[in-house]
Amino acid sequence: MPANPRVNPVLGALAVLAMAALCGLPFVSSAPNRLVSGEGLYMVALWRTLGWPVALLLVGLVSMLVCAWLTPRSAVLACGGMALVLMPALLWLAGAQAVSVAGRGASDLMATSLATTSLASGFWLTTLLLGLMVAESLQRWQAGMALRVAVGLLGLALFGGLLASGVCEALSIFKEAANRSDGLAGAVVQHLHIVVLALGCTLCLGLPLGWLAAHRPGVGRAVLPVLNVLQTIPSIALFGLLMAPLAWLASTVPALGRAGISGVGMAPAVLALTLYGLLPVVRSTWAGLAQLPLGVLQAAHGLGMTAWQRLLRVELPLALPVVLGGVRTAAVQAVGLAAVTALIGAGGLGAVIFEGLFSAAQDVVLLGVLPLVALGAIAGSALQILIGWAQRATHNPGAVHD
Amino acid sequence: MIEFKGVRKSYGDTLAIDTINLTVARGELLVLIGASGSGKSTLLKMINRLETHDAGQILVDGQDITSVNVQALRLRMGYAIQSVGLFPHWTVARNIAAVPQLLGWPAARVAARVDTLLTLFDLPPALYRGRYPHELSGGQQQRVGVARALAADPDLLLMDEPFGALDPVIRSALQGEVQRIHRATGKTIVMVTHDLDEALRLATRIVLLDRGRVLQMATPMELLAHPANAQVLDFLGRSDLGIKRLSLQTALSLARVQSPCGGLSLPGSATLREAVSLLAQHGLVAVDVTDASGVHAGVLHAADIFQPPGDRGTTC
Repeated sequence: MPANPRVNPVLGALAVLAMAALCGLPFVSSAPNRLVSGEGLYMVALWRTLGWPVALLLVGLVSMLVCAWLTPRSAVLACGGMALVLMPALLWLAGAQAVSVAGRGASDLMATSLATTSLASGFWLTTLLLGLMVAESLQRWQAGMALRVAVGLLGLALFGGLLASGVCEALSIFKEAANRSDGLAGAVVQHLHIVVLALGCTLCLGLPLGWLAAHRPGVGRAVLPVLNVLQTIPSIALFGLLMAPLAWLASTVPALGRAGISGVGMAPAVLALTLYGLLPVVRSTWAGLAQLPLGVLQAAHGLGMTAWQRLLRVELPLALPVVLGGVRTAAVQAVGLAAVTALIGAGGLGAVIFEGLFSAAQDVVLLGVLPLVALGAIAGSALQILIGWAQRATHNPGAVHD
Repeated sequence: MIEFKGVRKSYGDTLAIDTINLTVARGELLVLIGASGSGKSTLLKMINRLETHDAGQILVDGQDITSVNVQALRLRMGYAIQSVGLFPHWTVARNIAAVPQLLGWPAARVAARVDTLLTLFDLPPALYRGRYPHELSGGQQQRVGVARALAADPDLLLMDEPFGALDPVIRSALQGEVQRIHRATGKTIVMVTHDLDEALRLATRIVLLDRGRVLQMATPMELLAHPANAQVLDFLGRSDLGIKRLSLQTALSLARVQSPCGGLSLPGSATLREAVSLLAQHGLVAVDVTDASGVHAGVLHAADIFQPPGDRGTTC
């Protein structure tokens, strides 16, 4: 395809949609206080209050739109670059709008600090589309791992700088975040706590099980169907199933109870997530070991390596990319599922989300969801980088560098 | 060096190895040959215990192999296989160093040994040390495979169809290298092949196997001259038995001491088979033979190849 450059309809379509979303949907919503539902403000309204920055943003969007319909590689790069910069610019505009509303409110005693400006569908959809455009540009540019990481870090730096500058403080979601900053940090830590514990248990059980399944066909035939069935049990149902036996265990063995094992909270949460993680880890370990060339294994045997030497020097390094693929699935899945464990009192970001849902406070829901999405993305891409590194270390020309 | 005493093995109801008694002397290049399913590969793998025997005894250096640690046993023997089985994530140097490292040799000694072996196999160390297996051709990979088997300088080298997957030219070159190494080092080599020409060329002794039994055990010349029975004859190929015999003798061995005829000449190391081919191609009855340094050494007469010496003419 690179030999015959054609217009990339994906980038073009995304750019048109982004333009439409920005102009046709309410960008922010404004309310006199957080109890009443707000009134949507469109880009046109922002133009009136903010003036030239909005004009500048639109100029940027239009040039991006033009680039998206051009063929040269440099246009793809420009398009992706502009999309990357426009995302924080949108947030800056929303923040500036919130400040101006709050400023106007200051003269009007009634509304002073109660007036809220929250991000609306126009902002979210446009940001999402711009993010997709960045990803598509990287794909189109056939970017390597280094460039992807650099772009990711640049994006984080832009958003981080914007948040640190305080421009966005007037937006309701950031006000909400400031109000509960301790609780939020605690929720993230608790969430990570659950995920790390569960993932650790999954690896401790799953890697040896996968090895056994690869070396003893009987084990594979026995274990994989069980794990397959486990995977189909809905998470809420599994929590319920675990509650009774764990509660019984804690009451019959008081030492376990004192150690924190009970029918609700961390114990069933970690146990359930461990069980869910087993299938991808066991299956990938088994598959990774089973795909090793027979000649290599035979040579390792015949040269006189012990079982441990074969495992550590030959089997594991060569199977690692496939094994890590399963670990990545398990990790991303654990980050997501850990949110549901809030229902059985395990805490974490799920607790924030449910609190927001039950009090119909959308900003609070978002405060739970955004870090959750970020955690999943970070876990996924960090492991993807590890997989790429492990693939290169095998020097296997057949391995795909993704 | 190796003794099989009444060795048997069966898979379920089928007898894979049926009471084999066999002694391999030190310095021999013993070739196990037979059709697929004859048990040749199983027999080889029994020596380093990749296969276990059900009954009988296998002794290596007078020691029952089941009485020693299996890893220690294998570390003492070189092992090369058809699929090579180089470790793809290790460089050529590290692959060759595998056994010395398992034995805990000091790094300097390992490095020196790797370079010696690479040189021995015509792979300049500076160029090949740091390469990865996938960067080598099939023939180079197999060279590294054999070098790896020889790394710890074992007295015994086991080779399981080592050149089966290579094209004829490279196979012939590697056969020459194995022959050279065997002659230079006096190592005992046990090799499995299904290629009769390879066996005839390399072996000091051939063991012809069929369904787990030894059909005949003999030197290549004996095997061709006196096939033990019809089955052996079938395996050797009745129609070109004579041609095969020709390939076991050199042109020099039948050359008459005589002044040169002029025209074409043949190196003395060429086989009679090659000589016949040359004579037939050019319609000659005799051809000059030179020695290793290219000096005239005699004249080979077609008549001498096809009839026993005695009534000899001397015309060119």
